Parts: sequence; structure tokens; C-alpha cells
Amino acid sequence: MASSVQTPRQVPEELTPAPRHELDEARHPGVRQYIVVAIVLALATLAEVVLYYLDLPRGLLVGLLLFFAVSKFALVVLFFMHLKFDNPIFRRLFVTGLLLAISVYAVVLVIFGIHPGGNQG
Amino acid sequence: MAERAATAVPEPEVHATSTGLSNVKLAMWAFLGSECLLFGALISTFLLYQGRSEGGPTPSKVYDIPFTSVSSFVLLMSSLTMVLALSAIQRRDEPKMRAWLMATALLGMTFIAGQVYEFTTFVNEGLSLTSSAFSSSFFLMTGFHGAHVTGGILLLLSLVGMSLDGRLPPERSETVELAGLYWHFVDIVWIVIFAAAYLIPTAT
Repeated sequence: MASSVQTPRQVPEELTPAPRHELDEARHPGVRQYIVVAIVLALATLAEVVLYYLDLPRGLLVGLLLFFAVSKFALVVLFFMHLKFDNPIFRRLFVTGLLLAISVYAVVLVIFGIHPGGNQG
Repeated sequence: MAERAATAVPEPEVHATSTGLSNVKLAMWAFLGSECLLFGALISTFLLYQGRSEGGPTPSKVYDIPFTSVSSFVLLMSSLTMVLALSAIQRRDEPKMRAWLMATALLGMTFIAGQVYEFTTFVNEGLSLTSSAFSSSFFLMTGFHGAHVTGGILLLLSLVGMSLDGRLPPERSETVELAGLYWHFVDIVWIVIFAAAYLIPTAT
């Protein structure tokens, strides 16, 4: 009977993987890359404001402003929040919430946009 | 006796999780994913109601785009100082980390001061919380964002305090990273609000 008791398996220390967050940390960008990203963000904001004062057709203006906003959003998330470099599980968690929000509220906007009286109860 | 005393010494903190990833970082990303839904609700409510000024001031009449652009720039640059604070602690440079954290908090305070000024101006121009559907949705959306920024400032100041107290050594750089994730999220929400609420003109 005593022989059936299992003893814990010993794993050699060299086979134990390092915590993944330490590996991810090593892949993070350097100070110079952070500054380049910040300059691009500042220039994109300047471009947005300039576009606002130009006399562009509404459709073109909305398209360009959305392009700059999405680009700025992606730059901050990928570089400052390190989603480009970190484990894909973090990316999946965030993108799930983001896509859920976009799809749910796109439906809300379409429904209330088509039936504007619907929001008056 | 000596053996018993030796086992009582606490072991250093190690992330021995089933995924090999930090659980608190996973929790922070899940929280930020859920925050997308909160701000999505506030932004889409604003987009639905922005055309309903009901005789009160309209968005184009009250907005001061140059002023808000400077505020947006300040918040964007606070993301840079935040990521430089993280970079400093990862290089085991604690004084620089504290300096960048303080810079981030100060930029955040500047943004909040600008928002208080903007709200005061709007109220003086007749745009109060209850004056129209546009004003209610505007104050709710930007107010919630401002509350998040204020929470972030308190978080940053507490990190500076912990570091001065010796309770934030370089081994705990993940704490600064988590605070940074929250701060950057607040920044990306403002990127969307600035474009959707201020720059994109109301459909007629």
C-alpha cells in the first residue's frame, strides 16, 4: 500500500521557465522610440485641429478625423501600453471588450438614428 | 528550533500562475476591456443627443477648440511621461521614476484644471447639467472621464509616496506598469472624445 503513494516530481531548475512578464518586459521599446511615438501623436493632433478649420465636405472631414483618431488610439495601445510586445492573451482580453463595445453601440446608434423618436420612450 | 525559525521567514513573491502571466495584469486588461463598454455607452449617448440643444447653447457656440486642443496635447504628453516613469523603474532608476510620475500627475492636474475652467465657462454661457439633452450627455461623458483622470492622479501620487517610503523597489515595477495601463487608457478615451464630441461637426 505504501508503495502507491506518489512522491512529487522534481523539476530541474534549468527547465523551469522564467516568468513571462519578465520576458515581455525585455521586449519593450526604448526611450527614443517612446519619444518618436509621442512626436507622431502630437503631429496627428495638430493635423486634426487644422482639418477642423479647413472648409472640407462633411463626409471627407469625418473620414479624415476618424482616421487620425484611430491611428492615435492604435499608437498608444500598441507602443505605450505594450500590446504589440506583450503576450497575445492581454491583446485578446482588451480587443474582446473593445469589439463588443463597438458592435453593441453601433447597433444602438443605427437603431436610434433610423428611428429618432425611439429615444423619447 | 533553528530549523523552525528558518521556515518562518517569508519567501519572496513569485508569479507561479498556471499561465505564467501575472494575474493582476490579466485582471487589469479585463477591467480595461470592460471600461470600453462604459465609455462606449457614454459616447454613443452623447452622439445621439448632441443635436438636441432645445433652445440652449449649441456645441459649435460653446466649444473653444484651441483651448481644448491644448488640453488634449497636455494629456497626450502625460502618456509619454508615464511610459518614461515605467522605463526608469525598469532600469532601476528610482529618482527618475518619481520625477516622471510627478510630471505625469502635474500634467493630469493641468488637464483637470482646464476641464474645470471649461465647465465654468459653459455654465456662465447658460449650458448647465439640466439645460438640454445635449448638455446632460456632454457633462456626463466628460465628467466621467475627468473623474477617471482624477482617480489616476491620486494613484500616481500614492505611487510617489510609496516610492519615497521605500515600498516601491524596482522588483515591483509591475505596479507602475499597471498604473500606466490605467493612465494610457484614460488618454485613449480622450482621443475618441476629442474627435467625436469636439471636432466632428453635428449632423444637420
